Amino acid sequence: MSRIKTVFTQLKAQGKKALIPYITAGDPHPDQTVPLLHALVASGADMIELGVPFSDPMADGPVIQRASERALVHKMGLRKVLAMVKLFRETNQQTPVILMGYANPIEAMGSDQFVALAKESGVDGVLTVDYPPEECSAFNTRLAEAGMDSIFLLSPTTEPERTSLIVKQATGFLYYVSLKGVTGAGNLDIVEVKRRVTEIRKDTDLPIGVGFGVKDAATAREVAAIADAVVVGSRMVLAIEQSDAHSLIANVQSLMTELRTAIDQH
Amino acid sequence: MQVYDMPDERGHFGPFGGIFVAETLVEALEELRVMYEKYRHDPEFLAEFAYDLKHFVGRPSPIYHAKRLSDKIGGAQIYLKREDLNHTGAHKVNNTIGQALLAKRMGKPRVIAETGAGQHGVATATIAARLGLECVVYMGAEDVKRQAPNVFRMKLLGATVVPVESGSKTLKDALNEAMRDWVTNISNTFYIIGTVAGPHPYPMMVRDFQAVIGVEAKLQMQEMIGRQPDAVVACVGGGSNAMGIFYPYIDVEGVRLIGVEAAGHGLETGQHAAPLTANSPIGVLHGNRTYLMQDEDGNIVETHSVSAGLDYPGVGPEHAWLKDIHRAEYVAITDDEAMAAFHNLCRTEGIIPALESSHALAHAEKMAKTMPPDQVILVNLSGRGDKDINTVAKLANITL
Repeated sequence: MSRIKTVFTQLKAQGKKALIPYITAGDPHPDQTVPLLHALVASGADMIELGVPFSDPMADGPVIQRASERALVHKMGLRKVLAMVKLFRETNQQTPVILMGYANPIEAMGSDQFVALAKESGVDGVLTVDYPPEECSAFNTRLAEAGMDSIFLLSPTTEPERTSLIVKQATGFLYYVSLKGVTGAGNLDIVEVKRRVTEIRKDTDLPIGVGFGVKDAATAREVAAIADAVVVGSRMVLAIEQSDAHSLIANVQSLMTELRTAIDQH
Repeated sequence: MQVYDMPDERGHFGPFGGIFVAETLVEALEELRVMYEKYRHDPEFLAEFAYDLKHFVGRPSPIYHAKRLSDKIGGAQIYLKREDLNHTGAHKVNNTIGQALLAKRMGKPRVIAETGAGQHGVATATIAARLGLECVVYMGAEDVKRQAPNVFRMKLLGATVVPVESGSKTLKDALNEAMRDWVTNISNTFYIIGTVAGPHPYPMMVRDFQAVIGVEAKLQMQEMIGRQPDAVVACVGGGSNAMGIFYPYIDVEGVRLIGVEAAGHGLETGQHAAPLTANSPIGVLHGNRTYLMQDEDGNIVETHSVSAGLDYPGVGPEHAWLKDIHRAEYVAITDDEAMAAFHNLCRTEGIIPALESSHALAHAEKMAKTMPPDQVILVNLSGRGDKDINTVAKLANITL
């Protein structure tokens, strides 16, 4: 059983929901990423979404874009991101790591080489933001053959027929984007999220994660009541941005504890 | 003869093009694709488009035999397709009118655009004013500084200009920001992309709206010289003016199609904007797959050209395809060569060309020298150079 599936199965048995923080690899400095990953796990992360920095992150808001820019100052490329996952895996074999990024760094490396390296490094799933299912079936097949999950986004504007098409290609879990906009934008409409998540469940048995608009503990609790996983990206990255090297781990862990507590109260 | 029929229904030109966007944009593009399919052959829509091109833009734009220039160079005859004479001063307006009319039919009261030098922004603001649409233009903060007259022009026309502070603060970042706006305001907003790039259906749609250039040229050349030119030359940044004049000629045998990229300080310096000529790798950016200037990690690199309109790291996917099937040839012209051609046209023909178009002129001059005087080169003079006088003065250390 894949690590992602194992985690969801265990949480379900305990009546709990998954907390998935997002950080951008190399932000604020490459030396801090692996310690941050361990700190996230220690403070309640069930899985981690690790962002691959990209020069043109079109689907991201200003907060995550700035994280990419900070990481790119240190020439933080995909190869180095994979090396970090490998290092993390030396002492953690349980927590799933999902890479989130854009198609071009993967294509620049070569899809085949990426799949092989990602597998070897201990990556569990890949979310390629600008690979809609119609454009990446060969890539998905390779990921599946290597035992990695393909995570897909569903958005408030995704039509029902398209939802059916996407859930057929998705593995691991589905990621529902809770608002019209980029990461970290606006406030999510919890009633609408509930309606859509209920609808998506008719099409699939896969767990459903919700993200893009989870800004605080209260929202996290509301989302946890509806979804199987709560993804917190921009808020987490903001905590990193607002910390110095000294306060970084403490600030991130304090935010994590707040979110964890809220989610467990759902 | 095989008839050229590209792209496929999901926007692929062979391995290029396609729809590489986040799920949040897929439905908006599908809506656009369906509406464009509905209207692209609709007689009423086409009549309205043709009316505005004639009465608002001043089309057809003439073709002019640059005789003094041709004589001075000694060789083939150079003819200019005068897109510089269009309202707003460049070919850009052909496309913005097409898309704005579509926006109106789709019931979208708000249009947004990205702009580099500001020409596409001005053309968008112009048609938005004419149709009573709200208009927001995203422009890199660096470009806002460099292109102050165009920023003011857009404001005069009632548009809001948003300086983009992210990334390299130039055209590509403006495009990213416009995409973000579109994702957020999908229900009331139409995104008017200015070039033959972006996700399907944009490369096809922009090409179709710009094809009026080539369609006119074919009739005009027949009328003027009783045949078609031996070569058609156009500059290529994203590539919309080039696609516009090339497209109707793709199936015409014996007409060479030559796209001219910006070699900047020289291809060997890495400071250029010539992904096709420099054999850049294939990649994915701004919703399509194409040749792309990037580093070994797949991050997009900063480009350089004296001409802001050519300063783009990618190229429209149809150009990538035309290169691969050897239907079009691509070359590059340096800043210095383009500047020389700029001054040459000013002095010999009394026409101040845009710096973008000066790249095409420079290459046409090179070619003409190697060709006999009874041969003909048609250059797409895509815009006028009034917008560039500050840049040109600065290069000559002149304060205006």
